[in-house]
Order: sequence, then structure tokens, then C-alpha cells
Amino acid sequence: MSPNRHLHAWLLLLPAMAMLAAFTHIPAISTLLHSFFESPIAGKTGSFVGLDNFEFALEDDIFWQVLWNNFWYAVVTVPTSIVLALVMAIWVNSQMSGRAIVRLAYFTPTVLPMIAVANIWLFFYTPEIGLINNLLEKLGFEGQNWLGDPDLALPSLMVMTIWKEAGFFMIFYLAALQSLDQSLYEAAAVENSSRWQTFRRITWPLLMPTTLFILINALINAFKLVDHLFILTKGGPNNASNLLLYYIYENAFSFFDTAYAATLTTILLIILALLAWVQFGVLDKKVHYR
Amino acid sequence: MMARSLLRTDDFRQISMAEKVAAWILGFLWIMPLLFAFWAAFHSSEYTTSFDLLAPLTFEHFITAWDQAPFARYMLNTFAITGIILASQLVLCTLAGFALARMPFRGKGVVMALVMMQLMVMPEVLIVENYQTLAGLELIDSWTGVGLPYMASAFGIFLLRQTFATVPQALDDAARIEGCNLLQVLWKVYVPQAKPVYLAYALVSISYHWNNFLWPLVVTNTEASRPLTVGMAIFGAPESGVEWPIICAGTIIAISPLLAAFLIFQKQFVQSFMRAGIK
Repeated sequence: MSPNRHLHAWLLLLPAMAMLAAFTHIPAISTLLHSFFESPIAGKTGSFVGLDNFEFALEDDIFWQVLWNNFWYAVVTVPTSIVLALVMAIWVNSQMSGRAIVRLAYFTPTVLPMIAVANIWLFFYTPEIGLINNLLEKLGFEGQNWLGDPDLALPSLMVMTIWKEAGFFMIFYLAALQSLDQSLYEAAAVENSSRWQTFRRITWPLLMPTTLFILINALINAFKLVDHLFILTKGGPNNASNLLLYYIYENAFSFFDTAYAATLTTILLIILALLAWVQFGVLDKKVHYR
Repeated sequence: MMARSLLRTDDFRQISMAEKVAAWILGFLWIMPLLFAFWAAFHSSEYTTSFDLLAPLTFEHFITAWDQAPFARYMLNTFAITGIILASQLVLCTLAGFALARMPFRGKGVVMALVMMQLMVMPEVLIVENYQTLAGLELIDSWTGVGLPYMASAFGIFLLRQTFATVPQALDDAARIEGCNLLQVLWKVYVPQAKPVYLAYALVSISYHWNNFLWPLVVTNTEASRPLTVGMAIFGAPESGVEWPIICAGTIIAISPLLAAFLIFQKQFVQSFMRAGIK
């Protein structure tokens, strides 16, 4: 190839790569650097403190609580929304009547802004006048302070998250189901295999790459999506529903401790890097069909 | 024989009556919050939690909501921000995707890896550093400021690279023989072939940025640049003391353009998300 074509290639790449460098690569590196320094005071850069910020994090009870919350949040919401998504996709892909309407119902939460729907959910959860407590009282049960009780705040957030995400993941399963090789099902029909057997032996293994794709996306979202916290709980009561990215936001923009925010961001980046490593390094090699 | 076996494969797509009922109930639960918001917004507050089908309809909450927050301005901001981001993404991702699909050069693997990094490390995660960058550029509280970190999209580059790689080389060669230069080949051969992918990407991008909240919250200070989502968060905050039906009316005002587009282009939306997911 002529050197001219190389030059053209780099020129075509330049705008996108410059923007990616400016807003992804360079900030990621400077986050790491800033985590070794004190927060700047009155415009002066803080002094180098080595691993002090990380030691502070290890001794910060709130950090551990936030990490633990985020862990449970992911462990509960990710598998639940994936299973629901698969069930929804199978139902919507069936021959049932009105499936277009049902599909629309499942998918609608995906296109609505998290902030707007959180406002609606806030009304469901509110004590006294809230919709859920209203229904409970009519049925003779006692209402709960869903968002104010430390034991219930995080689970209440989880329910809303599952509602928001399941329909989104359903779309990927639906796409995969519709592109499955029909000849395998003909073979299963000849063998008189039951519906459950066919699912176990054919559908589920063939959907494995889709499940993996959804799994990774869902895990990233579990660390990235904190919009609803701003409306529903603000991480409270007493950090009972706080998540890592929201805690980073609080440190940077409410407490103005940018060094600690950078340290926490570094930890979040490490978590995301581990997820990437699991995806590309481990799982991709095991789950390959093409 | 063929017809019979086809019929049999469809058996696996049959579901029982119990499942059909469950599917409908789940569908109702999933759409219920939206239906409720419509109910509360169109009825006076004494009917908010008592559902009487004959309750009189009212528009007063919409009028109050519209007067209490600058929705028109928020909507303009959201339109502008979404538009700026989409336009830049289409240009930047087309150029980069084309280079990665069809131009041989050294270091392609490294470039691809650098691009893919953004799939994991999205701009949301780097709000602290990106805020400082934007402050340095004096772009805080501007449309451009909200848009800049999203203008190059790894997802878009990857999607277009995959699409361009499937365009027959013969079409490319033919255009070159007719004397087209590189950009003309891209514009006349590759871009038209990728039309459905552009539509898919555009719908995914629009719904993402219409709904985006955290970064716009950080980088906007006034209603001059605040998008709908940030406006909604301020409007609906418990401190603001706004009543429920009015919040519901405001929510419906905020989501109606996207919801209307979604209902009209439902098929394209669903297919776009599918296409974007398969890659």
C-alpha cells in the first residue's frame, strides 16, 4: 500500500480518535493520577500523598457500604431482569393473540427517561398517600415507608430497575430467537422432544452468546445507572441505598473532595476493567458458536 | 412432508393458556406506571388514587405545570443537544468506521482496542475529570458542553465498521475506476448501503440522549442549557412542593415527544434496537 493511503486512513480516524482521547483515555489516566494527590485547595494543586486516598477508602465505612449495596444491587437485578427478559421474549415470540400490544407494554419503559419514570414511582412508594400503601390498606395490610426504611429502600430501587431493564433485554432475546436455525427444531419435532427439552437442549444453548452479551451490559448498567437515586432516595436513608457512582457524584459535587472522587472513580474503573477481562478473556472463548 | 414438519416446529412456539394469562398480567404491570401517570394528570387530585371511570377529565394540571417550569426552553435544549450529538456522531463514526473497515494501515488492532474501551468506560463514569476539562474550555452550561463527550461513539464506530465490511469490494472498485476519490467512494457507495444501520443507530442514540441525566446535570447550571431530564428532576424534587397530579402532567409533557415518536415508529424502534444488539 502506498504511504498516501496510510495517511488518508489516519486522517479519517483523527476526529473520532481525538474526541475519544480527550473524553475517555486522557480523563481515565488523569483520574488514576489524581487519586495519588490531595484535593486542590484554592486553585493550587494538592501535594502527592501516595496511596493515602486508597487507605482512606479502605477505612471509610460508607465506601464499604456503597460497594456492598452495589454488589447486592447487581446480584439481584441482573439475573432477575435477564430471566424475565427471556420469558417475555418467548411469550412475545409465540403465536398468542395480542402479542404486539404485550410487546409494546414490555418495551415502553425502555424508551422513557429514568428521571421521569422515577417521579411516577416516587408516588407509588410514598407513605400516607402513595399508591402501594393505599392498595395495601384497602386489602387490610399495613403500609410501609418503602423509601424511608433502611431495609426496604434498596429493594424498592431494585424493583424499579428490573421494571426498567427487562423490556430492553427482551429485545435482544427476541432478535436472537427470530434468527435461530429452524432445522434444529424440525429435528426436535421428528424426535418428539417436549417443549421443555427443546428449550433446554436447543434454545438455551443457542441463546448463550446473547445471554452473555446481555449479562455484561446489565452488569455495566448496574454500576452506571444511578439516575433514579436522585429522585427516589438520594442514597438514603443513611446511605442504605447509596451506589458507587452516586457516591462519586456526592464526593465530587456536594463535598467537593475531588481527590477522593478520583480515587473512587479509579476503583470503579478497576471493576469495569475486570468485567471487560471476564467478557473478552474468559467467557468469549468458552461460549463460541461461530 | 416438508409442510408437516414446518407445522411441527411451530408447536414449540405455542404457549399454554396459563402462560398467555401471565403474559397479559405482566404486560399490564409493565405499562401500569405510565397509565397511572396519564390518569393522575387528567383528573383532579381527589381522584388520584380513587379510580372512577366516570371521573371528570381536566387539563388544569397541564396548564399549572407549563406555567411552573420553562418546559418549552427545556424541550428546545433537549432537541438541540440530541441533534448536535447525533450529527457529530454520524460524521465521526462514518469516517472512523470506514477507515477501520476498508483501509489497511499499521496499528489497526490497537486503534480498535482503544475505540472499544469506550464501551466499558462511558462518559458517565468520568464525570469528575470531564467536568474539569469542560471548565477549562469554558463550555460549562452550553449545548456543546453537554454534547462533547458523546460525539465520538465506540458503539457507532463498531456498528458502521461491521456494516461497511460487508459492502461488496466490486462496488468500491467500480466507483474508483469511474474516478471517484476516497470521500466520494465513501459517500456514494458505502453510506447508501448502510442506510438501515444509520436509522437504527439514530433511533438508539436519540432515545439515549433524550433520556440522559447524570452528565447534563453536572455540566448545566441554568435553564439556558438544561435538558428536559434535568428540568424534570428539579421540577419533581420534593423540596419544590409541587403536587402529584402536576408532577404527572409535567412528566407527560416531558416524555410526550419521544413517546409519540415511539408509538408512530414502533416497528422501526424495536427493529433498530434489535439490529443494534445483534451487531
